[in-house]
Amino acid sequence: MDTKTFIIAAVIKIALVVFIMLTGVAYTTWLERKVIGRIQNRWGPTRVGPFGLLQPLADGIKFILKEDLLPDYVHKGLFILAPMLALIMSLISIAVIPFGETITIAGHTTALQISGMVSRSGDISDINIGLLIILGVTSIGVYGVALAGWSSNSKYSLLGSLRASAQMISYELSLGLSLVGILLLSGTLSLREIVVSQSGNWVLGGHDTHIPHWFIFPQIVGFFIYLLAAYAETNRIPFDMPEAETELVAGYHTEYSSMKFAMFFMAEYVNMFTVACLATLLFFGGWHGPAIPFLPPLLQSLVPVLWFALKVFFFIFLYIWIRGTLPRFRYDQLMAFGWKFLLPLAIANIIVTSLIVAWGA
Amino acid sequence: MVHQVLFIVFGLICVAGAINLLVQRHPISSALSLVVVMGSLALIYLLLGAEFVAAIQLIVYAGAIMVLFVFVIMLLNAGAEERTRGSRTALFVGVPGVVVLAGSVGWMLINGSGRLGSVSISSSNFGETRNIAHLLFKEFLLPFEITSVLILIAIMGAVVLGKREN
Repeated sequence: MDTKTFIIAAVIKIALVVFIMLTGVAYTTWLERKVIGRIQNRWGPTRVGPFGLLQPLADGIKFILKEDLLPDYVHKGLFILAPMLALIMSLISIAVIPFGETITIAGHTTALQISGMVSRSGDISDINIGLLIILGVTSIGVYGVALAGWSSNSKYSLLGSLRASAQMISYELSLGLSLVGILLLSGTLSLREIVVSQSGNWVLGGHDTHIPHWFIFPQIVGFFIYLLAAYAETNRIPFDMPEAETELVAGYHTEYSSMKFAMFFMAEYVNMFTVACLATLLFFGGWHGPAIPFLPPLLQSLVPVLWFALKVFFFIFLYIWIRGTLPRFRYDQLMAFGWKFLLPLAIANIIVTSLIVAWGA
Repeated sequence: MVHQVLFIVFGLICVAGAINLLVQRHPISSALSLVVVMGSLALIYLLLGAEFVAAIQLIVYAGAIMVLFVFVIMLLNAGAEERTRGSRTALFVGVPGVVVLAGSVGWMLINGSGRLGSVSISSSNFGETRNIAHLLFKEFLLPFEITSVLILIAIMGAVVLGKREN
């Protein structure tokens, strides 16, 4: 593929993926309000459009049209930079996520991944440190939250952002260590290769077990560590101390209004999607699923994307379900849980997995 | 061509960040300039083909260490520092020293460019994670483990100092 076609394909893919992602974010807020409404025995949004389906649109218009307050006592530059940083860093990580194999449109074959390329011989290659890029971008995203609280020059914001930074630094360790088991099993950091290594079924003692070759089965402990640490990383219930409204008004975004507030909100939901995508790719076999053979070729190549989307939807639903079910932790419980339970468990998981891998080799 | 342009761009950003780090009076602004320096260094590593080092630079330096810096500055609520009028020692010894040092290094580099060897980055996959792992865990295993023990001792020292009564 020459440079020009690559750039054109990349721009189209970026525009498409960002559009789908942001639409997904908007409708996740709708879904969340609906599902939590049903959990609490009420209807949720019903007024704007059928089933309240136009509610995200109305919310978006409201966010854009509201007055954009810039308090006098804030550090202006950082106050404006913080929400941008949070949103940009959360959006960058979708660049390395593979959604499926390849798609051929009008004679051009391209990988279903922004940073993926298809060579002339048909080999698909992607960036070979994809997982590290996601971890790196996530760790830069902490600045958005930290700076928002500090530059607001308000005690609630500062307390919220101090909590958020401490929480994210603490849980990043368990998050990173919980993924080492996957790396030991697959032997690569490329997300595409990790998914490819999960194709087929598990074979035990020469028998096909008909259980898909997903890494959730040998790495069930790693999966639960990942899930808990990721919930803390995205500041969601039951770990939403940074914006605990009963204690801190709204935490780090207390002073923000209008579109700047919406950017924090969007960043949080995009991060939820990244967590869900990563869980799908690493533990649930990515786009692998039963093929549907009777469809035309173009739709055939979109079937893996459907499986991928369904698995991601499951994790998004789990987020909402947990929000409607669990109360908030106390702050010291959160820290003790992260350092005294999750981290040692993650290290034990690495030791056991590496012993098994070394024994098998 | 593209590589050279990108190298110059990120090199300039890196130097600008470093100068801004010294000029800024507020600790937070200085810390953020250091993040910019770390980030642009990571991109320069990426341009050299050292992907793993680039990612680690981003995660460890720009992500972990600098977040702790910013966190501590926020926790202490450090204000803008006062500007002194500069010391005489710096003026009379430091400035000539810098001029002499920069001049001699530049002179040596220009004069000795023929005699200096060059490192070729020929192999296409020299920065791959696998190759770095082979170097770290096979050839340089002992220094690597000794370094990690050293870091462990430093952590234990910090805990001891932090727990000291009174």
